[in-house]
Amino acid sequence: MSTQAYIYDAVRTPRSKGKKGGSLNEVKPIDLLGGLLRSLQERHDFDTGYVDDVIMGCVSPVGEQGTDIAKLAAQNADWAESVAGVQLNRFCASGLESVNTAAQKVASGWENLVVAGGVESMSRVPMGSDGGAWASDPAFVIKTGFVPQGIGADTIATLEGFSREDVDAFAMQSQKRAAFARDNGYFDKSVIPVKDANGLTILERDDFIKPDTTMEALAGLKPSFEMMGSMGFDDVMLKKYNSLSKINHVHTPGNSSGIVDGASAVMIGSEQAGKDLGLTPRGRIVAGAVLATDPTIMLIGPGPAAKKALKTAGLKASDIDLWEINEAFASVALRYMRDLDIDPEITNVNGGAIAMGHPLGATGAILVSTMLDELERRNLKRGMLSLCVGGGMGISTIIERL
Amino acid sequence: MSVFKYEKDADGIVTITMDMTGPVNSMNEEYEQAMGETVEKLEHEEGLSGVVITSAKKVFFAGGNLHGLLAFQPGRDEQRFMDSLDLIKGQLRRLEKLPVPVVAAINGAALGGGYEICLACNYRVAWNDRSVQVGLPEVTLGLLPGGGGVVRMTNLLGLEAALPYLLEGKKLDPERALKAGLVDKTVDSLDQLVPAAKALIKEVKDQPDAAVQPWDRKGFKIPGTNINSPKMAQVLMVGPTMLVKKTRGLMPAPAEIFSCATEAARLDFDTALRIESRGLTKLVGTPEAKNMITTFFFQLNKINSGASRPKGVEKKKVKKLGVLGAGMMGQGIAYVSAKAGIDVVLKDISVEAAEKGKAYSEGLLDKAIQKGRMDPITKQQILGRILPTASNDDLAGCDLIIEAVFENFELKNKILEATENQLAENGVWGSNTSTLPITQLAEASKKPENFIGIHFFSPVDKMPLIEIICGDKTSDETLALAFDYTQQIKKTPIVVNDSLAFFTSRTFGTYLDEGVRLLSEGVYPVQIDNLGKAIGMPVGPLQVHDEVSEELTRKAAETWEAMGMKDRWGERKATEEVISWMIGEHGHGGRYHGGGFYEYAGKERKIWQPLIDRYYKADHGISEDDIKDRLMFRQVIETLKCLETGVLRTVADGNIGSIMGIGAPPHTGGFLQYINTYGAQRFVDRARELAAKYGERFEPPQIVVDKAAAGELFE
Repeated sequence: MSTQAYIYDAVRTPRSKGKKGGSLNEVKPIDLLGGLLRSLQERHDFDTGYVDDVIMGCVSPVGEQGTDIAKLAAQNADWAESVAGVQLNRFCASGLESVNTAAQKVASGWENLVVAGGVESMSRVPMGSDGGAWASDPAFVIKTGFVPQGIGADTIATLEGFSREDVDAFAMQSQKRAAFARDNGYFDKSVIPVKDANGLTILERDDFIKPDTTMEALAGLKPSFEMMGSMGFDDVMLKKYNSLSKINHVHTPGNSSGIVDGASAVMIGSEQAGKDLGLTPRGRIVAGAVLATDPTIMLIGPGPAAKKALKTAGLKASDIDLWEINEAFASVALRYMRDLDIDPEITNVNGGAIAMGHPLGATGAILVSTMLDELERRNLKRGMLSLCVGGGMGISTIIERL
Repeated sequence: MSVFKYEKDADGIVTITMDMTGPVNSMNEEYEQAMGETVEKLEHEEGLSGVVITSAKKVFFAGGNLHGLLAFQPGRDEQRFMDSLDLIKGQLRRLEKLPVPVVAAINGAALGGGYEICLACNYRVAWNDRSVQVGLPEVTLGLLPGGGGVVRMTNLLGLEAALPYLLEGKKLDPERALKAGLVDKTVDSLDQLVPAAKALIKEVKDQPDAAVQPWDRKGFKIPGTNINSPKMAQVLMVGPTMLVKKTRGLMPAPAEIFSCATEAARLDFDTALRIESRGLTKLVGTPEAKNMITTFFFQLNKINSGASRPKGVEKKKVKKLGVLGAGMMGQGIAYVSAKAGIDVVLKDISVEAAEKGKAYSEGLLDKAIQKGRMDPITKQQILGRILPTASNDDLAGCDLIIEAVFENFELKNKILEATENQLAENGVWGSNTSTLPITQLAEASKKPENFIGIHFFSPVDKMPLIEIICGDKTSDETLALAFDYTQQIKKTPIVVNDSLAFFTSRTFGTYLDEGVRLLSEGVYPVQIDNLGKAIGMPVGPLQVHDEVSEELTRKAAETWEAMGMKDRWGERKATEEVISWMIGEHGHGGRYHGGGFYEYAGKERKIWQPLIDRYYKADHGISEDDIKDRLMFRQVIETLKCLETGVLRTVADGNIGSIMGIGAPPHTGGFLQYINTYGAQRFVDRARELAAKYGERFEPPQIVVDKAAAGELFE
C-alpha cells in the first residue's frame, strides 16, 4: 500500500423509529445527512474545500433520497463548491462500501481526503421504494430463486440449529448491551444530536433501544416470515437446501434489525491531509474485502468476507480484538461467530442493529464509529466490521486504533 | 367567568362566544387559558351534540399577538415559543377531535389566527357581509400561519390549490371563500348565523364522518396531484424558482411556507404541525418579520387611523373637485376621484384637451369591464361625474382644486390667480408639484393658509401613496381636508413639511444620482441595475432614470439653479456631466426622449453602447457589496436627514413613504426601520467606511449617531 488511509473522525446521528411517529421522520434525508456534515466541519473547523469527494451509501436512492444525495447533502451543508459527491448502493453494505472505497481512493494516492458514510430515512423513503428487478421482475425472480432475506435468516437458523430461544436470547443481549452503552455515555463521542433550523434539538440520543425487553415479551412475538414462506418461498429455499425437511421460522421483529432513520460520516484521509488540516488520526483502515455467496440464502457472506480481509491484511482471527457483525437478523450474527470461531464476549459488545436499528445505507459506516470508540475506551488495537448483504454478498473491513 | 361564553341549548349544542378583554379577540395568554378551559369542558360535557364557535366582537378573531412576536429574541426565545405553539395547536387539535361536529360561525373578519381557529372546526358558516373576510395574510408580515394554517390548508385543498392563499396572503369575502371551499355556507343576515350553524349540526348529525376532519378519516388522501407523482415534480421544480424570481430571495417567509406546505403534503398531520411550528419559530426571529410587522401593521395602522391628521378638526368630504391640467397626472387624479364618488371638473386650455383627459378614465373603466371588475352602469356613473372644460367658471364652488400643470413657477402662479376665487368658502388649493417649494408657491395665494401640496405618484390609479406637504402657513383645517380627501380616494397619506423636493423626490433622487456615479466610476451599467434589483428596489437606478427621464433630471437641476438652490442637497457633478453629455451630444434624454442609458425598440431594451465605450472600466475595483450598500445607504441617509431636519414628522411616514412612494424594499420595513434591524452602530460604522472610500455624502447624520450611542430604535 503506497499511502495509508487514516480515519480522522467517525460520527453519526442518533437513530429513531423509521416510521410515522419516529423522532426523525420530520427530518428530510438531505437535512439529516447535511446536518451531520455541517457538524463534522464545525467539530474540526477544517476547510471543506480540501475534501476531494463525499461518498454516501443509500439503499433506496429515489424520491427525497434520489439523484445523488451525497453531492446534494454537501451543498446543503454549505461545503465548498469544489467538493464532489457520489451516492453508491451495495444494499446493506453501502455505508461500509463507502468507507472502503474512500480508503482505496486515499491509499491509491489519487485523493487526499474523502468523507464516507451513508444515509437512510426509512420513514420517508420506505424500503422497496426503488423497485428493481431483484424482487419484481418475474423472469429474474424465477431464474435466480429470489427469496426475502428473513427467510434466508430463518434457513440459517434451521441449518445451524439455532432455536427461537437462542435467537431471542441474542436479541435480549443486544438490547441490554446497547442500553448500557448508551446510558453510560459510550456513544456520546460520536453521536451528534439532530437539531432544527432554530438550533433546537430534535433528537439527542438513540431512542429506538428497548431496555426493558424481556424473554417473555420476545417469545410472544409472531414469526415475521412464516406466512411468506408458506406462499412458496420456503419451497424455493428447500429446493436448494434439500437436506432440510422444513424451515424453522424463528425471526420476529424482536430479533431482527429495526427499521430506523439515521446517517453516518467518516473522514478518511492521507497523512498529508492530517498535516495540512492540523488533524490527528484516530485510526487507520487496514484492509477490506467484499465477495458473494449463495444469493438465495443470501446472508452467509460475512464470515467468508472477514476471512478474505484477514488474508489480505496478513492477519489471523486471533489478531482481532473486537468484532462487529451487523445484526440484520440474530441468526446472521450467531452464524458469523460460529464461522470464525470467535468469542461472543468480544463481538457486538455494545449491542447492534437489533436494539438500535439498521438505517440501511448508513449502517456500515456507523459501525466504524462504534468500533473506534470502543477500541479507544478499552485501549485495544484492532477491530473487524462485517455485514451481510443482498444478493448473497458479504463485506468486511479491519480497522486499527492509533 | 371565562372570556369564552359557554351556553348549552336544549338540543345539546354548546355555543362558545369569544369575548376577550380589550377591543378584539387575539391569540395571547388569555386566549390560551380560555381555549384550554373550554376544550376541557367540552370534552367532559354530557349529552353534547355539537359546538358552535362565534365572537361577541365585530371582528371574529384578530389573530396573533404581534407585540409578543416583536419581542421575540433569537437565541433566547425559541423553546418557549415552540412550547406555546404546541399548546395552541394541541388545543385546536382536541377541538377538532371532539366526537361532535364543531362549526365556526364567522360574524366578522377571520384572518390569520382567526381563520386558523375556523380551520380547526369541522364546518365554517359565514355572514355574507362586507365586514367579513377570511384568509391567512401572515406572509405579508414576514410570517407563516403557525396555528395549523399551513398544514390544514394543504390538507383541505391540496398543495397546489393551497399555495396561492398561503404565499400571497389573499383575503376573501364570504362569497369568494364559499366558491374556493374556504367556507361551507354563507347566510345573509347576522341573525341567521348561529341558527344556521346549529341547523347544519342537526343536518349532518347522522353522517358517520360529520365530526371527523377529512385528515383524520381512514384512508384520507390529500386532494390534488400526489406529492410523489412525476407531475408534481414539475411543480416542485418550477414553483420555488418562480417564488424567488418574485422575492429575489429577500423574503424568507414565502420560502418557508412553500417548504412547510410541501412537508405537510408528504408527512402525517401531527408531524407536519411540528414542522410548521419550527418554520414559524424560525421566521419570527428574522429581521424581515420584525420590519414588516413594525411597518405594515403598527405604523400603517397608525397612519390610516389618522395619527398625522390634526386633532379637533371635523372630518369633511370633498364633494366637488377641480383638477387643473388634463395631462398624465391630472387625468389620473380625475379618475381616482370620480371613482370615489367625487364630482370632478377637469380643466385644460381647450375642451378637446380636457376631453382627452376624460377619455383616459373611460379607457381604464373599459379595461376593468373586460376583466369583470366593473359594470357598464357604474362606468357611466363614474364618467358622468367628470366634467371636461376649458372654462374657469365651471370650477365655481369647488371644495378642493388640485393643479397638475407643468413644473413652472410662473405658470403655477398664473393659474392660481385665475382660479383661486372660484373655490368655495374655505376651499383648499392643492398643488401636485413634486419639486417646487410649497411655501414659495403659496406666496402668490390670497389665502396661503388654505394652500397645500398634494403630491400624487404616477400612475395615479395604481400608486397607493399621497405625500401631503405643509407650507409654512398651511392651516390645520387645510391639512385635515387634504388628509380626508386622500382617504376618500382610498390612498395612504403621509404628511411632510415643506423643503426642496420634499421627502420622496429628494430621497429617490439620491438613488438615481448614485446609479449615475457608479456608472461614471466605471461599473458596468447592467450590473448597476441588477444590483439595484438585488437589494430589493423594484427597478435598477439607470433603468428607472430612463423612465422618469434624464430630461426631467436636467430640467429640475435648471429650476433649482434658477431658484438659487443648486446643490442644495449635495453636489451632483457626476450626474450633471453624464446627463449633459447624453442629452447635449446624443439627444439621449430618456426612454421617451430618444433613448437613455438603454436603447429601446418596442419592448426590447439593450444597453446603449456609447455609454460603455465612454465609462466602463474593467478595473474599477468597486466590490459588489459596496455597490449594493452605496445604492441603499444613499437613500437611507437622505431619509435620516429628512427626519433630522423635520421634513419628516414621524418615523412611520418615513417608512411607509419610502416603501409606497420610492419603492424601498418591503422586507426592510422602509428606510428608517432598515436601520433598526441592521443595527444603528453597525450602520454608523459602515456609513463611515463608505464615506472614507467614496465621499462625505455617506457620513452618517448626527441623528443616527445619537441613536446608536443611546442604543435606541427609530420608532
